[in-house]
Amino acid sequence: MHVHEKPTFESNYTVQGGNFDEAGKVASQIKVILKKLGLQTDVVRKAALVAYESEINIVSYARKGTISISVTPGQVKIETTDEGQGIPDINLAMQEGYSTATSKIREMGFGAGMGLCNIKKFSDYFQITSEIGKGTHLKMIINIENGV
Amino acid sequence: MDLETIATCLNLKVFSGFDQLKTEVLDGYTGDLLSDVMANSKEGDLWMTRQVHQNIIAVASLKDHAGIIMVQGAEPAKDTLEKALKENIPVMGTDLSGFEIAGRIYNLLKEKQDITRIDP
Repeated sequence: MHVHEKPTFESNYTVQGGNFDEAGKVASQIKVILKKLGLQTDVVRKAALVAYESEINIVSYARKGTISISVTPGQVKIETTDEGQGIPDINLAMQEGYSTATSKIREMGFGAGMGLCNIKKFSDYFQITSEIGKGTHLKMIINIENGV
Repeated sequence: MDLETIATCLNLKVFSGFDQLKTEVLDGYTGDLLSDVMANSKEGDLWMTRQVHQNIIAVASLKDHAGIIMVQGAEPAKDTLEKALKENIPVMGTDLSGFEIAGRIYNLLKEKQDITRIDP
């Protein structure tokens, strides 16, 4: 893993909780940037999905949050930190189909209990930590096979 | 097969993306769970859904779908239409059920593949 390489791109985005009108905007911006950086389609596809699901989680469950992205020649790193209720049982939250989403969220086609599983599936490295009453932190890495 | 051919053959209403109708449709996907569509649909898919709210535009755009078809007579919500027009994403509609429209599109795409296979 190329963890000590100098980033070729870095940025932070703020996401407001509960604002479904804007949900997906940060992921779209990230996708455009990664495409412009000339990353392989597969890397862009994975990173866009990871960013999207992370963003939807902040919108659905937190008051607000930050998504940061850092690209080095070897990897795309996406980290999210939110101010929310936190996740009491991470193992349960990681189970496909388990969800605490409200009916309003589910009606829109979110909250199917697939988001975290998809994030894990599409990342080469995935770490989740959470503190009750404080919030949740996600760290995802997607490897770039042959460099940028 | 492009969107225009499919829209004409199946009498689809076109709500947006009027200058994108030459976009090639590679395959199709049906689903109303956005995470499922995000994870399993592909670039060039024509996405059939009953969802009408504006978040579907972000999903279609992120996944580089050829377009969206709203099934069962559904029409885009006002802000969905605005977003689709602004981002130039083709949104279409049909009175047919998801099952019916998916079957017809499957046949159109498959027929074309078969013809190409026989006479490339």
